[in-house]
Amino acid sequence: MHIIVCIKQVPNTTDVKIDPVTNTLIREGVESVVNPFDAYAIEEGVRLKEKFGGKVTVVTMGPPQAENALKDAISVGCDEAVLVSDRKFAGSDTWATSYTLSCAIKKIGTYDIIICGKQASDGDTAQVGPGISTHLDIPQVTYVKKIEELKDNKIRVERMTEEGYDIVEAPMPCLITVVKEINSPRIPSLKGMMKAKSARITKWTAEDIDCDPDCIGLQGSPTRVVKIFTPPQRKGGEILKGDASEVAVKITELLKDIVL
Amino acid sequence: MDYFLTEQQTMIRDLARQIANDKIRPVAAKYDESEEFAWDIMKALSDSDLFGIYIPEEYGGTGGGCVEMSIVAEELSRACGSIALGFAGTALGTYPILLYGNEHQKKKYLPDIAKGKTLAAFCITEAEAGSDAGSIKTTAKKSGDHYVLNGAKQWITNAGEAEIYTVIAITDKSKGARGASAFIVEKGTKGIDFGKKEKKLGIRASATREVIFTDCKIPKENLISKEGMGFIVAMKTFDKSRPGVAAQAVGIAQGAFDLAVEYSRKRIQFGQPISSFQAIQHMLADMGTQIEAARALVMATARMVDSGAKNIAKESAMSKLFASDVAMKVTVDAVQIFGGYGYMRDYPIEKFMRDAKITQIYEGTNQIQRNVIAANIIKESLR
Repeated sequence: MHIIVCIKQVPNTTDVKIDPVTNTLIREGVESVVNPFDAYAIEEGVRLKEKFGGKVTVVTMGPPQAENALKDAISVGCDEAVLVSDRKFAGSDTWATSYTLSCAIKKIGTYDIIICGKQASDGDTAQVGPGISTHLDIPQVTYVKKIEELKDNKIRVERMTEEGYDIVEAPMPCLITVVKEINSPRIPSLKGMMKAKSARITKWTAEDIDCDPDCIGLQGSPTRVVKIFTPPQRKGGEILKGDASEVAVKITELLKDIVL
Repeated sequence: MDYFLTEQQTMIRDLARQIANDKIRPVAAKYDESEEFAWDIMKALSDSDLFGIYIPEEYGGTGGGCVEMSIVAEELSRACGSIALGFAGTALGTYPILLYGNEHQKKKYLPDIAKGKTLAAFCITEAEAGSDAGSIKTTAKKSGDHYVLNGAKQWITNAGEAEIYTVIAITDKSKGARGASAFIVEKGTKGIDFGKKEKKLGIRASATREVIFTDCKIPKENLISKEGMGFIVAMKTFDKSRPGVAAQAVGIAQGAFDLAVEYSRKRIQFGQPISSFQAIQHMLADMGTQIEAARALVMATARMVDSGAKNIAKESAMSKLFASDVAMKVTVDAVQIFGGYGYMRDYPIEKFMRDAKITQIYEGTNQIQRNVIAANIIKESLR
């Protein structure tokens, strides 16, 4: 089985401070780490490999130092790593990023499943995973919290929703994005870290991945950020008061409306 | 202080620190209370290859030595000096094989120890043979292709949990100290039994039991080195392992110190954090200085050990003596800084003080360390 995991290097959010004047993140001097949600994707990929055999290829688009994120992935069991890096990619929005990654994945070749974290901790868009599957024209299942079964080129997963979870089956190859409930990422092994240190990372530029120059980087990004703001907080829950048996009936009615 | 670790040593330190913080710290109080052996943590150490960091690559390790062992012992002990003993006690039990085992024994036992598949334990102490190891009563009698062991070893770290036991027993009573020999006994051998788990002041998550041999028959191939080499094996083992105890002591001290510093900044009395009072500041200054001095001595000793230096008994004893006394003093002061809260078992600090005490006692009491140091000083002056 060939598993592809897409990851992103992000600033370590526990270190990030906000510039009080501009209200933006101060990125200078902040340590870069693997996006925490992607750690679950890496772990799930490595677990699939351990169960079914095969290999895990990890891919990222980013500046040259994103190589460190790929080495972290190798230290916990990924086999091959591809860094897609070119100044021409600068300023990519989620559309251009997912297009670029899909071109890199096409160049990697055949695969059975692509795994992404549900979103990155810096941008929080949750769009790149679904974007990749759209560009590749393969099925996608987002917010996966458990892989129930994987056989006969089909995958059955539990997908988190606001009210509970759906059970979804998809033909493979497909793309899933995973939530933190899916596993608990392992600590690397010393031998894994030593392997990562000397690992050869494949590096591809825009030219290498056969992409349309009009679809990458800033010029390939249709998104224009108009305003960044905090969305209004959600209403708290409703508290039902009264006789226990009456409340129970009310709760049942409410649950029926919401879930069923 | 920067100890100029190599890239691989830095990796090992960071890895051990991550396991200590993510896995050990959250469960340290739980295991202290339940006195259970932390097998889940041993699994984490094994998955991370940390059991093999002082074992040569040809036997499945990553080829480090005393420096690597000390780094890991300190880092794990910062979170829990007791759980760290699963690791450090295994090193103690492994050294006799590493130092004096033949090729067959090394190939048979070291790879599984390096992988963390098996733990080890060293058995020398008996009810009437502590500091006076010369009064060991456990015997090993040769009979054909076998040795038959009889006797009881007391307060054995990792006993019952470990698979491999390196045992010092008397093969020739008439020769006194030169009549002792070292053996490897596997758990499950007929005639090896374990006593009840001891209840202790500290290091409660570490398994301490009696190991009892009743007509325990082992193949003669399990003799380490030659008959009569038992005490040399034991003494050379202690020379190598004492920096590990010293590192454990430094870790316990550092763990307690970190908590004390944090607490002193948060605890408000008379309208200000107690860290703003000179009385507390001077305590913190002394504690920090003592810990760094202890660590510097441990690192210097470990490097000397790894250089292949022949006579390391004095330095090894000095590092154990100094670091364990520092651990005791620092942890007592850390409890003092916590005041009444420090005395409460709901707070993590008193455990460090209980765990620190053993480092002044085991692998040779600090009085014995002073004997070793003095004997070497005097011997050197005669040259």
